[in-house]
Amino acid sequence: MTNTLPRKALLSSLLGAATLALAVASTSTFAQEKVLRIGMTAADIPRTLGQPDQGFEGNRFTGIPMYDALTHWDLSKYDEASVLLPGLATEWAVDASDTTKWVFKLREGVKFHDGSDFNADAVVWNVQKVLDQAAKHFDASQVGVTASRMPTLHSARAIDAYTVELTTSEPDAFLPLNLTNLFMASPAHWEAKLAAVPASVTDPAERSAQAWRAFAADASGTGPFKMSAFSPRERLEMVRNEAYWDPARTPKLDRVVMIPLPEANARTAALLSGQVDWIEAPSPDAMDQIRSRGFTIYSNPQPHVWPWQLSFAEGSPWLDKRVRHAANLCVNREELKQLLGGMMGIPKGTVTPDHPWWGNPSFDIRYDPDAAKALMTEAGFSASSPVKVKVQISASGSGQMQPLPMNEYVQESLRECFFDIEFDVLEWNTLFTNWRRGAKDPTANGAHAINVSFAAMDPFFAMVRFSSTGAFPPVSNNWGFFGNDEIDAIIADARTSFDDTERDAALARLHARIVDEAPFVWIAHDVGPRAMSPKVKNVVQPKSWFIDIAPMDIE
Amino acid sequence: MFLYLLRRVIYTLPIMLGVAFLCFLLVHISPGDPLVSILPPDASIELQRQLMTLYGFDRSYFEQFVSWIWRALQGDLGTSIATGRPVADEVFRAVGNTLMLAGVATLIGFFFGSLFGFVAGYFRDSWVDRAASALSVLGVSVPHYWLGMVLVIIFSSWLMILPATGAGPGGSGAWVWDWAHVQYLILPAVTMSVIPMGIIARTVRALVADILAQEFVVGLKAKGMTDVGIFLHVVKNAAPTALAVMGLQLGYLLGGSILIETVFSWPGTGFLLNSAIFQRDLPLLQGTILVLAMFFVLLNLLVDVLQTTLDPRIQRS
Repeated sequence: MTNTLPRKALLSSLLGAATLALAVASTSTFAQEKVLRIGMTAADIPRTLGQPDQGFEGNRFTGIPMYDALTHWDLSKYDEASVLLPGLATEWAVDASDTTKWVFKLREGVKFHDGSDFNADAVVWNVQKVLDQAAKHFDASQVGVTASRMPTLHSARAIDAYTVELTTSEPDAFLPLNLTNLFMASPAHWEAKLAAVPASVTDPAERSAQAWRAFAADASGTGPFKMSAFSPRERLEMVRNEAYWDPARTPKLDRVVMIPLPEANARTAALLSGQVDWIEAPSPDAMDQIRSRGFTIYSNPQPHVWPWQLSFAEGSPWLDKRVRHAANLCVNREELKQLLGGMMGIPKGTVTPDHPWWGNPSFDIRYDPDAAKALMTEAGFSASSPVKVKVQISASGSGQMQPLPMNEYVQESLRECFFDIEFDVLEWNTLFTNWRRGAKDPTANGAHAINVSFAAMDPFFAMVRFSSTGAFPPVSNNWGFFGNDEIDAIIADARTSFDDTERDAALARLHARIVDEAPFVWIAHDVGPRAMSPKVKNVVQPKSWFIDIAPMDIE
Repeated sequence: MFLYLLRRVIYTLPIMLGVAFLCFLLVHISPGDPLVSILPPDASIELQRQLMTLYGFDRSYFEQFVSWIWRALQGDLGTSIATGRPVADEVFRAVGNTLMLAGVATLIGFFFGSLFGFVAGYFRDSWVDRAASALSVLGVSVPHYWLGMVLVIIFSSWLMILPATGAGPGGSGAWVWDWAHVQYLILPAVTMSVIPMGIIARTVRALVADILAQEFVVGLKAKGMTDVGIFLHVVKNAAPTALAVMGLQLGYLLGGSILIETVFSWPGTGFLLNSAIFQRDLPLLQGTILVLAMFFVLLNLLVDVLQTTLDPRIQRS
């Protein structure tokens, strides 16, 4: 008996301790911070002051998570084209009597991360920051990435606290789409940063620059995540905004850490070693290893076109439509897709057949070498007398996927159909600059095509800049001087169709004409591959350049 | 001595100016648009012109150069086009990180290089010598970025015992000398150390072999000194040259390694240069190159002065 009691006591003590340990463990599990760590392809943290740089990767990682725009892309579906949704504006309409004026009704009760109110004055202030050089907060460094994405936006005027009027330089039905790129930064927070600039700095421009610099290091938007720590070129940390206005996008994650990892092997190693939970664009030859270690590869065709843009300048072999069609019929895209480990979408045009702008073109882009050879024979070419074509390409570059192996594959493919392709390989930034100068410029070096991939999110970026005669170089990116009166008329129709259905119908007609005329050899759509730990949940990879981190969770 | 010092400093000024001019010229004559990082190719001509004016790129090269040099003399290296941050802040933060990496890499290289060199020289023509020599040749020959990737695959991806990238769990700004941070330094420092290790090992081996053949060593042996005693004499005689080689290697490593720092995402001058080149961020590129070039000019000045102090014959020549 004497021995039993202590044993019982010991047992109950052990049970008690175990229960306590379990309770503590479960409490700590519940209390454990949910942190998502992302390895970006960018070499630096995209700018955090509201208008990100680094292309759309900037919008993806420091724009959409920390800020809102008047209009948003729907990023909640993986199987439908991403369409426009209300963001900080709840509704909008063009003025029927003057179609250069738009009235936007704003969402009430939205607060910036610093606690100040979002209202019509904030919208006017954010338009002024990039368009009004007389405004004290005008910032030249934000102009380039903003104004070019909304080329017709001219000014803004507050009608009342929650109604704002935006004016365009000409009637432009694309404005609501373009406004997804204008992120709303907090005027009150910027004013506070300006007030903190030492009085010894007297030059207004320098004071403004210093205020923006301070704002970038401690930003304030209205987005689902708030900036919490920033180390230039190394890491950005954001915590959840519990007061976010959209319950569907109020984050479940406690913290998101973003790390720039420009080198593909370094990104893969960081993922495999558990340093990050998600990497952008894993190296194609590491896909199998990544999958075998239990990570998930997400991909989905995105509005990212990887083409050869053709020259219509005098003497170009592409002036013959049969040659243009033959090239489009001679690329075995299925085989190219295998070469890229499956990480490629097969294009049927600039947009996909499920897109509202598809338009049922009559020319079917497919692999049909016999039809291609027949067209080439008809055009006067043969194996012994191939057409000579020079193409400017880059060895690397943002959005260029794997330019060298892909272009070499296309070169070999086209050889079968009597094309003799020569490459003029340029450094990426040089090629990018030349793109604007056009096929007739000396920098084209006599090239008949150029390989620059592009975003096709909105009508201007996707089609207008490549098909309008008004976009001939050096005005915009119609490098090959493609266009005619009929296409210009369709573009004008689309720009002035303020009903969404009518606008989309006009854009569908435009897309069908572009595909039929084939000013491109459409080679690939990027699928935006990203690898994630299986711990990351609620991931939806939409048919978009962007992805919404807000609904994600981590186990 | 003072006059010599003054003369050397005066000689350095035109060199610095020449370096600055070359640096400005090389960056500006390369093709491409200086505003490419903030100006998409679809920007209107009007917008392009507006920004060229706002950033001062519409002025003549001469005006831009004079304005840049004048501001640089006052410690202002301009503002990064891509980030809007002051170039001086970016460069000096990166220099600090590279200094830390290069310092640790040099210490590793010096320790193992000296060890292999002494052992190889002392046991000349034995298998130990051949093994140590093979290691040193390997160190000099192996492409270090390749070695870096192999080390990452082994220690980060497979064994998962060392981090693959970065400069600490909270970034280099929150660096402290504890294991949580030092583990980030190991792989890049080891990778960076292989070249100095190989060079120091080969130098020390040759030195030791040479010293061992000298008459004073025979004399010491004849007097009955133990092997350990003789070894210590050899070390003492070889140390100055080995240290000089180490100093030289440190100088090279301080320039940063674009490849190693990029492979490991180490935020030093190499990583910064890589980023500036790809973003075509001219002020950042100019500023980084200028600071590194000035560093070498000043280092050379320092070496000249030190050598003259130690050996006045140099001053007379």
